[in-house]
Amino acid sequence: MPRIVGIDLGTTNSLVAYMEGGFPKVIPDAEGHVLLPSVVGFTADGILVGDAAKRQLVRNPTRTIYSVKRLMGKGYDDVKEELRYFPFHVVPSDEVVKIRVADREVTPPEVSALILRSLKERAEAHLGEVVTKAVITVPAYFNDSQRQATKDAGRIAGLEVLRIVNEPTAASLAYGLHRLKGGTVAVYDLGGGTFDISILRVKDGIFEVLATNGNTHLGGDDFDRALVDWLLADIETRHGADLRADLEALQELRLGAEAAKCRLSFEERTVLTIPFAQHGFTYRREISRAELETLIEPLVQQTLGPCRLALADAGLSAAQIDEVVLVGGSTRVPLARRRVQELFGKLPHSQLNPDEVVAVGAAVQADILAGGITNMLLLDVTPLSLGIETLGGGMSVLIPRNTTIPTSAKELFTTSVDGQTVVDMHVLQGERELVKNNRSLARFELSGIDPMPAGMPRIEVTFLIDANGILQVNAKELRTGKAASIEVKPSYGLTDAEVERMIEESFIHAEEDVASRLLIEARNEADTVIRATERALGQGSGLIGQEETAQITGALAALKAVRDGSDRDAIREATERLNQSTLHLAEILMDSALKEALTSKRVTEALGKPER
Amino acid sequence: MTRSSRDLCWNCQSEVGGEYFCPQCVKVQPASVWSDYFDVFGLPRKLGLDLEDLQRRFYDWSRKFHPDLFQRATPEEQAISLENSALVNTAYRTLRDPIARVEYLIGLEEGAVKGIPPKAPLDLLEEMLEVQEALEAAKASALDAETRKRLMDERARLAERRRAEEERLLDVGREWDALVDGSRAASRDRDDLRRPLLDRMKGILAARAYLTTVINDLSDALGEDSQTHASHRRH
Repeated sequence: MPRIVGIDLGTTNSLVAYMEGGFPKVIPDAEGHVLLPSVVGFTADGILVGDAAKRQLVRNPTRTIYSVKRLMGKGYDDVKEELRYFPFHVVPSDEVVKIRVADREVTPPEVSALILRSLKERAEAHLGEVVTKAVITVPAYFNDSQRQATKDAGRIAGLEVLRIVNEPTAASLAYGLHRLKGGTVAVYDLGGGTFDISILRVKDGIFEVLATNGNTHLGGDDFDRALVDWLLADIETRHGADLRADLEALQELRLGAEAAKCRLSFEERTVLTIPFAQHGFTYRREISRAELETLIEPLVQQTLGPCRLALADAGLSAAQIDEVVLVGGSTRVPLARRRVQELFGKLPHSQLNPDEVVAVGAAVQADILAGGITNMLLLDVTPLSLGIETLGGGMSVLIPRNTTIPTSAKELFTTSVDGQTVVDMHVLQGERELVKNNRSLARFELSGIDPMPAGMPRIEVTFLIDANGILQVNAKELRTGKAASIEVKPSYGLTDAEVERMIEESFIHAEEDVASRLLIEARNEADTVIRATERALGQGSGLIGQEETAQITGALAALKAVRDGSDRDAIREATERLNQSTLHLAEILMDSALKEALTSKRVTEALGKPER
Repeated sequence: MTRSSRDLCWNCQSEVGGEYFCPQCVKVQPASVWSDYFDVFGLPRKLGLDLEDLQRRFYDWSRKFHPDLFQRATPEEQAISLENSALVNTAYRTLRDPIARVEYLIGLEEGAVKGIPPKAPLDLLEEMLEVQEALEAAKASALDAETRKRLMDERARLAERRRAEEERLLDVGREWDALVDGSRAASRDRDDLRRPLLDRMKGILAARAYLTTVINDLSDALGEDSQTHASHRRH
């Protein structure tokens, strides 16, 4: 059987892992990095994914897409509230979200497919074989549309998605390999954009999920946003500048805030320094962990409600939980750890790297499917109740939330008018009584019913939620035993035809993309060095001699001359020469910054500058 | 679920004789020989149930039928595994919950009944009128401390009453189980004896459903998230 890889398609970072001889391995890229930033850049020359895309974020904010997972399986109305946080342009419409990049529109599954394809290529390069099968993880609280969108992304990327696995349960499998004693386990998973809590019973190799809850719009991104909003207000007060409309400045600030947040997980205070050259000032601000915690406390509190609901649904009290597992980069935040520990009254597990544990779990599940691991089995649940619209706009529940999957429910339908040959159904997911408060999944049209008096046809519709948590619908007329044909109109998803078209397009573009990607990466690298050199010359031209200045400007001009050409090696050589010519200048600048800091400020502040 | 005999393997046409995997070709067989959820787990139609034993039986079936184990099998086997798993999961979910278990048993014994309509216990009618009044008052104006306390006291009283009803249900269940155990000896009388027991169970379920509705209304009026109270499924 061909190898099946496990993929964690994250809001902030994505990873790919596999099992080798009973041990999970996370696959690094050529430079040894295992995290692929979930960022995709569209440039005039082609598409960038990962670090290369992230590097051009500040320069090319409208064409660089990040956190696309927050948009998966969503409609425009669902996301319009948070669009102000995104520099890229989401097209207003009443269906699935579309992002405008230059002259084309892309859907979130297509953007995710680019990330998946990059991971696929990474795995192929590492394993030396073609990879076509994968297990992909999603937040446990993802609804049917979001799961389907993820599966579509896999197909567009040329991957057969054998299983969609919930992230917290995947993490429990990773821990289950060696570390769990068994009993009741709570997995608290706070990632970049989503939060999940899952309660499991682990016994004799069976990982039975008892209940899950969460919020697919709550994560580290929101911590960053809270901090950015606070910094924007501070900048306005102190420098009189409103940066809210400056997309580039906002991205600099967002990246700076994110880095500061991460440092504050390990330090009590940190200094944020960002030069806003266009606005004529450098923003410098010390932030304490306590200040950050005040900002994010309401967000952390929002994770506790779902924890209590999941416990209630599992029929357990917090004290009855034997082990607590922390997953997701945002669980590094000390405040989150403290609150989890208070809630469950015990020290949580965090031995495994919270960034990698989900991908490792996906690899474990892949190995179970491949027949490698035979003593572990995951029994997961559907996170949301599934129902149909009834007369008067109510929802009638067919499959309650936290039902073990796969599961099915049957419902009888009939006609209300003589000779009617078509029956419509509206399928929903959610916990509220009224249709309008729940999530519309799809409208189904049963057709081909023989004309009969009203109420005579008896159409049995089977709603089956498979082991991926994805709905399948079948219908048959009981009198004739004939299968009724069903047309599905997903409310916030792609039709099969659309996915097929995207697969075709992506194959056509696949080859030219690889060549142009290397070229673009070289150009980006060149841009980064050009930018840094220009900034350094502006700050330190008085500190070096005329000859050295001339040498640098010469190398600069040489690089600019080849930058737009298509000779990748020439660009790389010129970049390297420019880089070399500025080494001395960089040293001098560093010294003078240190001296200045020593005379006016404390050393920790000067050293606390972000590396970016 | 229909009882249909399954003598021949769908794949190789050899005798399977009630096995779930063909003795000849080892293909998984559809679980259509099961007549009901009790039968799925090889249990008699009794209401008293050892939950640990039930869980062990459930895990055993999961280890045989779960779709994860059929990833490399044919599409036919995958479809059977999916259906068998779905059935086992539903059967487990129904039987592990004492209330759902009783409702399911009544359906089995009396033919399909979809839900038992809530009905107020007669002795509570007067009290219910007062509760309705309090609810109306709470809706009309903001909740003051006094009304709040009144609603919370009422809710606690009704929850207590619901627990008492559930206790009564267990008692009737034990009578039912005794009847099932003794039924081989006196199968003639069994029908006459079990009908009143089923009627009593239905009465208790109707009262319980009514109490649950009112308790939820009170919670709504108190401004609590109704999701927190939808958690009575597991006991």
